[in-house]
Amino acid sequence: MNKEILLGDEAIGLGAIHAGLSGVYGYPGTPSTEIFEFIERRTKKAGDVHAFWSTNEKVAYEEALGMSWAGKRALVCMKHVGLNVAADAFMNSAVTGTNGGLVLAVADDPGMHSSQNEQDSRYFAQFALIPCLEPRKQQECYNLMFEAFELSEELGVPVMVRLVTRIAHSRTAVATRKPLPQNELKPDKQIKKWTLIPVNARVQYKGLTDKQPELLRLAEQSPHNTLELRGKSGIIACGLAHNYLFENLEPDHEHSILSIAQYPLPAEKVRSLVQHVDQLLILEDGYPLVESTVRGLFGLEGIRVRGRMTGEIPRTGELNPDIVRAALQLAPLPTACEPAGDLSNRPPALCQGCPHTDSFKALNDALSIFDDAQVFSDIGCYALAALPPLEAVHSCVAMGASIGMAAGAAHAGYSPAVAAIGDSTFSHGGITPLMSAVQQNVNLNVLVVDNSTVGMTGTQRSMSTGTTLDQIILGTGISEDHFRVIEPIPRNHAQNVEVLREELAFDGPSVVVARRACIEAQKRKAI
Amino acid sequence: MEKNIIVAGVGGQGILSIAFVIDHAAMDAGFHFKQAEVHGMAQRGGAVQSNLRYGDSEIWSDIIPAGKVDMVLSVEPLEALRYRHYLRPEGWVVSSTTPFVNIPNYPEDEALLADLSAIENIVMVDTAHFARAAGNRRAQNMVMVGAASPMLDFEEDRLLAFVEKLFARKGEKIVAVNQRAFRFGRAAGQFFHGLFAAGVSKRDALQLVGKFDPETIDGIHASAWAEAIGNNGSCLAAVLSADKAVACDQVAAYT
Repeated sequence: MNKEILLGDEAIGLGAIHAGLSGVYGYPGTPSTEIFEFIERRTKKAGDVHAFWSTNEKVAYEEALGMSWAGKRALVCMKHVGLNVAADAFMNSAVTGTNGGLVLAVADDPGMHSSQNEQDSRYFAQFALIPCLEPRKQQECYNLMFEAFELSEELGVPVMVRLVTRIAHSRTAVATRKPLPQNELKPDKQIKKWTLIPVNARVQYKGLTDKQPELLRLAEQSPHNTLELRGKSGIIACGLAHNYLFENLEPDHEHSILSIAQYPLPAEKVRSLVQHVDQLLILEDGYPLVESTVRGLFGLEGIRVRGRMTGEIPRTGELNPDIVRAALQLAPLPTACEPAGDLSNRPPALCQGCPHTDSFKALNDALSIFDDAQVFSDIGCYALAALPPLEAVHSCVAMGASIGMAAGAAHAGYSPAVAAIGDSTFSHGGITPLMSAVQQNVNLNVLVVDNSTVGMTGTQRSMSTGTTLDQIILGTGISEDHFRVIEPIPRNHAQNVEVLREELAFDGPSVVVARRACIEAQKRKAI
Repeated sequence: MEKNIIVAGVGGQGILSIAFVIDHAAMDAGFHFKQAEVHGMAQRGGAVQSNLRYGDSEIWSDIIPAGKVDMVLSVEPLEALRYRHYLRPEGWVVSSTTPFVNIPNYPEDEALLADLSAIENIVMVDTAHFARAAGNRRAQNMVMVGAASPMLDFEEDRLLAFVEKLFARKGEKIVAVNQRAFRFGRAAGQFFHGLFAAGVSKRDALQLVGKFDPETIDGIHASAWAEAIGNNGSCLAAVLSADKAVACDQVAAYT
């Protein structure tokens, strides 16, 4: 038996490869990025798995669906908020159904280590009426990929594998199996299944709902959902909560425990637990999905249900063994000392010599003639420009939102309406709002900080940089006179401020591209 | 047996390389292990840590519970202080004394050393000094693996083998530098610990270790030096005022 040291993300990647993967799709996003990167690295030499970053998660999902249509196994991976972008294709892929196995690996970020929210993707699986697997160990990450692909092909629906940051970015030894061969090319030409015009969609949607009892039966019988009845104190532990629970329990504990790693929620197992206990603690790393389902609107008669909704577990934030310990009403373990109260924080910052620093210094100076001008910004390293010392941007909401929000503010009469966005974020979600603003002749100024890479997630390839970026921008119909390119280096500061001032003074849409390569990417290339 | 370590430092200091060496040694020894790390935004010069656990029975949580940490292993002195409250009462701090200053309100050197010295169970190593002596200032992380190694549950040779594996693709020279950094760190940590156990103050111990020729440092001389310093008030001053590095086995010259 072969063993490798793998992150949870990497175990997902290797499991997929060994389960006969033909294509991996995705857009970088912490904590999911390493799934794709591992597959890309691992299959590069053989070249037998399609691995090329997509423009955004929606594109990635659709490409994966096309691979499934063709009969082959496809994995699409993204972070939780990426699934919002892919939601159109995702929801409808459950209605069309699949041909080759289609697995969506989505990595949630409870505690928001690197995210704007902590939405729980299990709701999306429930919403789309598809199965969801929630691995608790890196070995399960690997093993469950075989099952997920089989399940997808057996049921004819996509299957979600839900990760959270802690397993995605934690390593251990993983034992591997003999790889399976890839599927043959076998396109699915059932036109009515794939053509969701209303007359077909109604039939397909009915078919999806008809599959639900089978999904439930599989979850009831799943070896990943285990029930052990002991005393009158009941616990439901979902996903990683299982580990935090057993970290705190002695082998001879008196709790009755239902551990869940496969959804839909196995109702009969929950019923058996509820009938056996007089109190119930529900542990989930995410939203109180199971808790709210089990509790219902009015609670369980005669049983005290505790969890995130009642405050025994904090409503927000990442679950951890200490929180679970407190919820079990166990005394905290003694520690060497109290936390140091007045320690200087060391927040993340732009790298020394980062081109964004020069871009935003220039923007700050250019805007200094206005009274407290606000800058709409976006997702990427440059969001760090919100912090001291730059304090140059004043919003960061969703991929591409900087341009749309600046346009909306301009519609309302706000001026100067400035958007700052990176090159990759621009290709992901910035092209369509810019096209919209240009066609409406909105008075806004867009600063595209083109560092020719996806910096924050580890310098992946950017889709629209350099000449490609310029051509896309001009293709929106913007006036060539108000499309400017500057080089953000300290020496150019005065002239860059001047360019920005000229465009700020123009009444209409303008785009300034600040172009200089990411120094981290340069360093990596040099190694 | 279970050992829980928080490896701490600043993004870019090579925390994950430390984890690589210990992870591989743990797997090689047949232990269960888990090692959680930080990716993404925080890596941009921010405070980073890795929770590393190994033992002879199942490891449940990827995060170490408060009160179960046996060692805070820090490549940076301010970062060593950040995770102390997770330590169990008898736990150890093994820390670099080389500051990584990238924030405006970084504490004064003196205050920081005083805070570190106030920790009962601590091994302090001037990593910049030993990494430079080994041939590359970037090898401070391997100095720290060496300094922590006597408290880990692996043979020195096994750890060195994984230092080699880690740097193999960068060539023999880089491997040699990092293995030397490991050895210097190990010797310096053991010597520091030996001096302190024999009654020398942590600040004095730190200064003395820094004065030796790194190639000559050996823990077996620690008690003799402690005795010399204890018996002769001017011994330490004499060593520190020497115009070049002192050989660690030359205690007789200063008694």
